[in-house]
Amino acid sequence: MAEKKIIDARGSFCSGPLMELIAGIKMVEIGDEIEVLSTDKGSAAEIPQWIKKVGHELIGTREEAGIWYVNIRRTK
Amino acid sequence: MKILVVGGGMGGTILANNVARSLKGDVKSGKVQITMLSASDKHMYQPGLLYVAVGKMTPDEMYRDQASLLEPGIQFHVDPVETFMLDANQVKTKSGKVHNYDILVIATGSRMWPDAIPGLKENAEFFYTEETAVKLFHRIREFQGGKIVIAMGVPHKCPMAPLEITFMLNDYFLERGIRDKVQIHYTYPIGRVHTLENVAKWAQPEMDRLGITYETLFNLKSVDGEKRVLHSEEGTEINYDMLISIPAHKGMEVIETNKLGQNGWIPTDRFNLNMEGRTNVFILGDTTNIPISKAGSTAHFEAETVGANIVALVKFGVPVRKYDGKVFCFIQTGSEKATYAMFNYNQPPDPKAPTRAIHWFKLAYNKLYWISARGLL
Repeated sequence: MAEKKIIDARGSFCSGPLMELIAGIKMVEIGDEIEVLSTDKGSAAEIPQWIKKVGHELIGTREEAGIWYVNIRRTK
Repeated sequence: MKILVVGGGMGGTILANNVARSLKGDVKSGKVQITMLSASDKHMYQPGLLYVAVGKMTPDEMYRDQASLLEPGIQFHVDPVETFMLDANQVKTKSGKVHNYDILVIATGSRMWPDAIPGLKENAEFFYTEETAVKLFHRIREFQGGKIVIAMGVPHKCPMAPLEITFMLNDYFLERGIRDKVQIHYTYPIGRVHTLENVAKWAQPEMDRLGITYETLFNLKSVDGEKRVLHSEEGTEINYDMLISIPAHKGMEVIETNKLGQNGWIPTDRFNLNMEGRTNVFILGDTTNIPISKAGSTAHFEAETVGANIVALVKFGVPVRKYDGKVFCFIQTGSEKATYAMFNYNQPPDPKAPTRAIHWFKLAYNKLYWISARGLL
């Protein structure tokens, strides 16, 4: 069964949520889901852009109480 | 009370010194025992590697004897830990000796991981060890012209290193009088030239001004050394004559073999800096999995927090401080100017225009570091 990994990048200016995801996605298996938590609004846009360019699957994004949750699935 | 520090880098050294000074009387009476276990009898000033790579510092300048940096009363052994027995509050070293502890601090650092990218190790130059930095210096010294590509993996140690080596190379080739024969091409994994937005806002026009070309959203996938071509995860290619890489890093092997954290990064509480699930085990610097810069200053400020809390645990039985995510990074913007970025979990950095004054202060800090490691600055 595919697992879900949480990358808690709240308050991460450096290296930043997208860089944390780029590093983290190599640490999960193909088919696994990753949920990135970010307090940076820009992440909600730039993470899906990168996901689309590289070819992973964007499951969804949502915002709750100033925290953006971006869910993706590693596909390759 | 037995306090055991595993790792003799910046974080471990500052912490051990701060605790030893604050608990001087207790150490002297034998009530508190501070032990440091390290893999080396030398302490390296790692930021010096950047300067070695461009011929601005000699390798010898980067080292001091570790024992000379430690407060009296700290028991220092060159005997690296091989086995962590956290349930028993013990570690076992390479020599076979078992050390008991009441409080354990793990500050073993990180190492470059060029094997993460096929073809990278064989075809790229690096500057994260003395050997590779010296080799890089010889390569750029012999370089007569062509395309130099800067490419990186994530996570990497010192987030300013990609920009710094790029600007240092620009000045190096200007000084040699062959800058017009060298194309410096910078790549970066995300959609701007640095992960810190305010740093990127400054660096991109600076690259334009200096004639440094760049490509963003470039994540190295493989290197074809025969054709001298880089392939990215995004499906693009770049030709190169010389490849300089800031490679991905991972934690130390002993962390992986003991299954303390994936890729050698130990799950750590971002405020208290204790290992998740362990109230008497603290993690410093690169060894944590906290999503902030893997940099000396991070280890420094974390060491101050954990050191103060260990002293408080001895004196009051409770910790007194939380780590706020503070990081301070100098940014060497060439051979004559520098700036800095300071930030924490809540406050983004706002770097100012580079100046000669900050450059000179950075050069001074290269010497003052040895006071910093003693926990005095």
